[in-house]
Amino acid sequence: MPATFAQKAIARAAGLEAVEVGQVVDVRPDRVLSHDNTAPISQTYAKFGQDFIPNPDRLVITLDHAAPPPTPAHAKNHTDIRKFVAHHGIEHFFEVGRGICHQVHSEEALILPGQMILGSDSHTPHFGWLGAFGAGIGRSEVAALWATEELWLRVPETVQITLTGHLSPYVTAKDVSLHLIGSVGADGALYQAVEFTGAGLRSLSIDSRMVLPNMMAEFGAKSAFLPPDELVFNYLAPRLARRTGMSITAAQAAVRENVLQPDAGATYSAHYEINLSAIEPLIAVPHQVDNVKPISEINNVKVDQAVIGTCTNGRLEDLAAAANIVRGKRINPSTRFIIVPASSEVMQDATNLGYVADLINAGAIFGPPGCGPCMGNHLGVLGPEEVCISSANRNFRGRMGEPSAFVYLGSPEVVAASALTGQITDPREVMA
Amino acid sequence: MSDNIQGKVWKYGDDINTDVIFPGKYTYTVHNYAEMAQYALEDLDPTFAKQVQTGDILVVGKNFGNGSSREQAAICLREAGVSAVIGKSFARIWYRNAINNGLLAIVCPAAVEAIETGQSIAIDMQQHQIIVNNTAHAFAPFSQTAVDLLNAGGLLPYTIQKLQAKTDSN
Ligand code: SF4
Repeated sequence: MPATFAQKAIARAAGLEAVEVGQVVDVRPDRVLSHDNTAPISQTYAKFGQDFIPNPDRLVITLDHAAPPPTPAHAKNHTDIRKFVAHHGIEHFFEVGRGICHQVHSEEALILPGQMILGSDSHTPHFGWLGAFGAGIGRSEVAALWATEELWLRVPETVQITLTGHLSPYVTAKDVSLHLIGSVGADGALYQAVEFTGAGLRSLSIDSRMVLPNMMAEFGAKSAFLPPDELVFNYLAPRLARRTGMSITAAQAAVRENVLQPDAGATYSAHYEINLSAIEPLIAVPHQVDNVKPISEINNVKVDQAVIGTCTNGRLEDLAAAANIVRGKRINPSTRFIIVPASSEVMQDATNLGYVADLINAGAIFGPPGCGPCMGNHLGVLGPEEVCISSANRNFRGRMGEPSAFVYLGSPEVVAASALTGQITDPREVMA
Repeated sequence: MSDNIQGKVWKYGDDINTDVIFPGKYTYTVHNYAEMAQYALEDLDPTFAKQVQTGDILVVGKNFGNGSSREQAAICLREAGVSAVIGKSFARIWYRNAINNGLLAIVCPAAVEAIETGQSIAIDMQQHQIIVNNTAHAFAPFSQTAVDLLNAGGLLPYTIQKLQAKTDSN
């Protein structure tokens, strides 16, 4: 039977020849992700009465959600995690400032095409950008995985999305995601996997590809997949070599070793086709991600704050696009323009390439690499009735601070243009 | 969990979200499992929690349990005595919460179509079928882990048992 990527990846992780949709199987993921929530998970783990972790090498832990810690309680949470990490000898641990878990594990090539990563973070489908199977799970499930190394999964149906055409200037993968979620609804891929395909994919950079599976969490998806190609292999191989010390030749082979591609003729529960050439800049209006409108319909929305960052859009390409828009100009004096790079690598590259200087000269404020104000922990939370335009993935009521605040979502280009004018603005207008 | 489950059906429609299964206003105040049963499906059918009998089966349409990740939306049904939930589809996190808390959840759209409220139906876990009016509707088999999880009463007791078994065999 021809199989989807999800079927193949789950079969591999379960050590089975093949699996059918709806079947529940036990998988052994290659990596188990957790972040600032590692402390409560370790408390659950303590109930198992086992004082060691078999194969600590599979764990990947990043301090990113409230980093550096804004309160003594947050600081203690980090302290507890450091003790746990030291006690169990966990090697793949990333300190405050290294960046957001999904970005850091991508940069460190900690997960490779065809592999499986499960994590106590709802955006774990992110790793589909490189052709891996990523899915979010609960905290007690992470504890169980640390202990027994396996967890049950139901084999999901798959929604197929074909991309054709090319993106127009100032239109991005974020707009493509919002288009899909807005037109089908936030439950469009509920309990299903998503597979992207089509010639349109090849025109997308690595940074843009990362946006798509990341945003599929807002489409209800369990996991999302983009077929890996040379661009992906050439991104991962030198990073794998750098981290492990293996030769670049060995790394080039390693990143291709487990590649899984869906079979022609596999069964899909739904199919959507998106012509990239027809997409316009879009905005998700408060308080739902599927409340999507063309930017031309958003008039006179003043913004108190504009944020570029998060695991969705805090990468080099995003900072480059923003720098390009604000270079040589000044932002609106009544708007705070906050930029939080997704990782220390992004920060360094953006500094070397002059983007950081361009942005600071225009009036931007830089936060340390990490999640920043994305979920309202710190570094740019919103006050009562404040309005924010953000490059993040969620605009739920209260997510960035006060429940009476309003969060609009758009591309980094839209955020930068809005910082300049002080109201939600089409980047094509300020660049005309 | 027994191999054969029989029970009287409570049938509801599509897209039942976690707020009507276990209202948000109780999530931070009600911690006692037995008490959770009193609020099961409160905003969907106020008679349910009062009249449900141990062993009854809940039958639902598509996307049951969408919305919040609260585990109480599975626990309250288990505590109310529901022996199984049969649905056209489940929201992913609700489904995991159900199995991880020892509540049997079966995806079987054909059976849902055939079942009417108040009917008595049977679930044969050995043959993976639901028997409605003498007609059998097949569902995908559960893995041994899922069966063990359900038998153990959930993921935490299951994990402890599993680790115990490992230690004992060493
Ligand atoms: S950046 Fe936001 S969405 Fe991404 S992992 Fe951090 S808190 Fe979650």
